Formats: sequence, structure tokens, C-alpha cells
Amino acid sequence: MVSVRMRSCVLSVLLLNVFYSAVSSLYFHIGETEKKCFIEEIPDETMIIGNYRTQLYDKQREEYMPATQGLGMFVEVKDPDDKVILSRQYGSEGRFTFTSHTPGEHQICLHSNSSKFALFAGGMLRVHLDIQVGEHANNYAEIAAKDKLTELQLRVRQLVEQVDQIQKEQNYQRYREERFRLTSESTNQRVLWWSIVQTLILVAIGIWQMRHLKSFFEAKKLV
Amino acid sequence: MYGSFRLLLQVLSAQLLCVWVLGSELTFELPDNAKQCFYEDIIIGTKCTLEFQVVTGGHYDVDCRLEDPEGTTLYKEMKKQYDSFTFTAAKNGTFKFCFSNEFSTFTHKTVYFDFQVGDDPPLFPNENRVTALTQMESACVSIHEALKSVIDYQTHFRLREAQGRSRAEDLNTRVAFWSIGEAMILLVVSISQVVLLRSFFSDRKTTTTRVGS
Repeated sequence: MVSVRMRSCVLSVLLLNVFYSAVSSLYFHIGETEKKCFIEEIPDETMIIGNYRTQLYDKQREEYMPATQGLGMFVEVKDPDDKVILSRQYGSEGRFTFTSHTPGEHQICLHSNSSKFALFAGGMLRVHLDIQVGEHANNYAEIAAKDKLTELQLRVRQLVEQVDQIQKEQNYQRYREERFRLTSESTNQRVLWWSIVQTLILVAIGIWQMRHLKSFFEAKKLV
Repeated sequence: MYGSFRLLLQVLSAQLLCVWVLGSELTFELPDNAKQCFYEDIIIGTKCTLEFQVVTGGHYDVDCRLEDPEGTTLYKEMKKQYDSFTFTAAKNGTFKFCFSNEFSTFTHKTVYFDFQVGDDPPLFPNENRVTALTQMESACVSIHEALKSVIDYQTHFRLREAQGRSRAEDLNTRVAFWSIGEAMILLVVSISQVVLLRSFFSDRKTTTTRVGS
């Protein structure tokens, strides 16, 4: 029989594991004044959820511990037209959400806002980052609870969301292909016109040179 | 006592086995002479895939290196444009992969990578894997997998298209710049040729007159 103490121990271990796996594990190091930017090329009306968690190197314990409350991260999101759509400061742990209104390359930039230089003490800040785009950003447990869906209905809902995302991406691809085509046609036009202009300049200059020199030599009585 | 310990061990191993880590997909800018490393804690036995592609910049190549917790290099490629590497974690711990642009002097590159660890999380956190799925549910699962691969192909296509488009835009600006430059050079050179030639004959005229008198 499992004792009460053992059960609580098991429960705490379970909770710990769930917490550990709930926040993303991919991390990188960022310096104090460094700004790290990530690019997301997305179609319009797509939601992006970003989760981050910071850790600071503790020299005494010689390992990375969760950062103090005073240390925050400044998150700035720019849309494809370089307009800032999100510019906020979050704490040492944060979550930011935005929805794109124009298709294209969105830039998500993070940098720390440490005002106390001693905090870093020459070390680096460890940032755990997780960015979920489009369909991956949906919280299906929440949707199931809100709309009271059965298992099968939830699965079908997930498929619908996925197909939606594929459709948006295909639409965006059409727009991108049009841009590509316009650029290629512009290059084609430019090559054609500038070749003609340069040939004309060459011929005109040649004629002018000969005429000018001929009249010059005639004036000098050398011809 | 032994029974409860065994139970704890079973629960722990079950929890560890079903700890799913979401796949991370990021696109970042790598400045010239820079190196960017990413780390991930992986449990032994997990099947992982690292895929990367250079989207814009220079000759569209980057150095990539993947190391296990003890520092052994699992994957190392220099100046690669695109690659995909699958491995099974042989040790517990922090795996590190780095992208290096240190061979480049002035071009900065945009690199996309997709690091998949383990399987995708199931839709229902408290899913009972013991019971079999109904036909409808298994059909849904297979459609879901097929759609996932469609999205995957779309991503690859999008990256290739971005690369092609960046080259085309580069070409366009270069054509304009060099055409104007060449026309200017043409004009300047031909006018200065004439001026120089005139100056030769002007000098000789003065010397001949001086010699004559």
C-alpha cells in the first residue's frame, strides 16, 4: 500500500515534471546589451504566441538560477512595413501574443533591460524561448472546455484549423509569387532599356568625338 | 516499502517517457564573423531531428555543428546551404548546436532551423493510450499526419521561394546600379579622352612655334 507521504512525494515529482516540460527547453545565451532578433514570415491574420523564461548565472551556486524580479526583457515586434506593432517590457518570465494584419516578414526582437550592470557581472543571461505560430498557438484543452466538444469534435476542429492555416499560406504564396514576378519583369525591363541607352550613348559619343576632333585638327591646320 | 518505491519508479519513468518537448522552429539573423549557439535538454532515447536552411545572404552557406552533453561532435558540416540530420539521444543532458558565419567578412546571413525533439504532444493530455481508437479517430489521426507533412512541404517551399526572391531583388538593384554607373563612366571617359587629346596638340603647337623662331 502506498503511504500518504509517498503519494504526496509522487505528486510533487509529477507536478515538477509537468512544470518543467510545460515551458520550452530550447535556450540560448544573450549578453547584457545584446539584442536578439527572430524573423517569422507569416500570412495575414495569423496569431503568434511567444513564451520566454530567463535564468541568470549564480556564481555562488555555480549554476543558472531563475532571474531576479528586477531583470526584465524588452520585446519589440515589427511588421513587414517596419512599423512597430508590439513594444512592451515584460518581467523575467513572460508571454507575448500578436496577430499579423499584413502578410510578410515580422521581426521579433528581445533585449534585456537591466539597469544594474552588476547583475550580469560579465556573465550571460540564459533565455528559454518558444514561439508558436498559427495552428500550434491554439490551446485545444481550452477550446474543448469552452465549446464543450467531444474528443472526435476536437480532433475535427484541429484538422479544420490546420487546413485553415494551409489555405492562408497558399494565399500568401500567391502574393509572394506575384512580387517575385514583378521583380523579375522589372529586371528584364531595366536590362533591356539600359542596354539600348548605353549603345546609343556609345554611338553618339563616337560620332561626337570624331566630329569634334576633325574640326579641331582642321582648325589647327594639321589635317 | 519496496512496492511503493517500485510504484514511484514506474510513475517517474512513465512521466519521463511521456515528457514531450515541443519542436522549435526559428529564423534568426547571423551577423558576419558571428556564431550563434542553441541548447536543449534531451532525455536519453529520444529521436531528434535538426534541419536548417540559409534563407538570405552571401553564398547562402553556413557552418553547423551539433554536440552531445560530453562534447562529442555528432554532426559537423562546413559551408552547407541546407541539411537535415536525425539522431537518437544516447545520453541524458544538454545538447548544443551552433551556426557559424565566422568565415564571412561582411555578409550577414538569415538562417532557419527546425529542431524536433520526440513526438508531438497528444491532443488530450489525459489520453488513455490503452484503448484502441475508433475508425473515425484513426482516420482523423492519419489526416492530421498528412496535413502536418503538407505544412512541412509548404515551409520548405516558402524558404526556397524566399531565397529565390532575395536573389532576384539583389539582381534587380545590381543591374540598376551598374547600368547607371557604366553610363556615367562611359561619358566621363570619352569626354576626358577628347580633352586629353586636345591638350597634347595644344602643347606641341607652342613648342613648334618656339623652335621655329
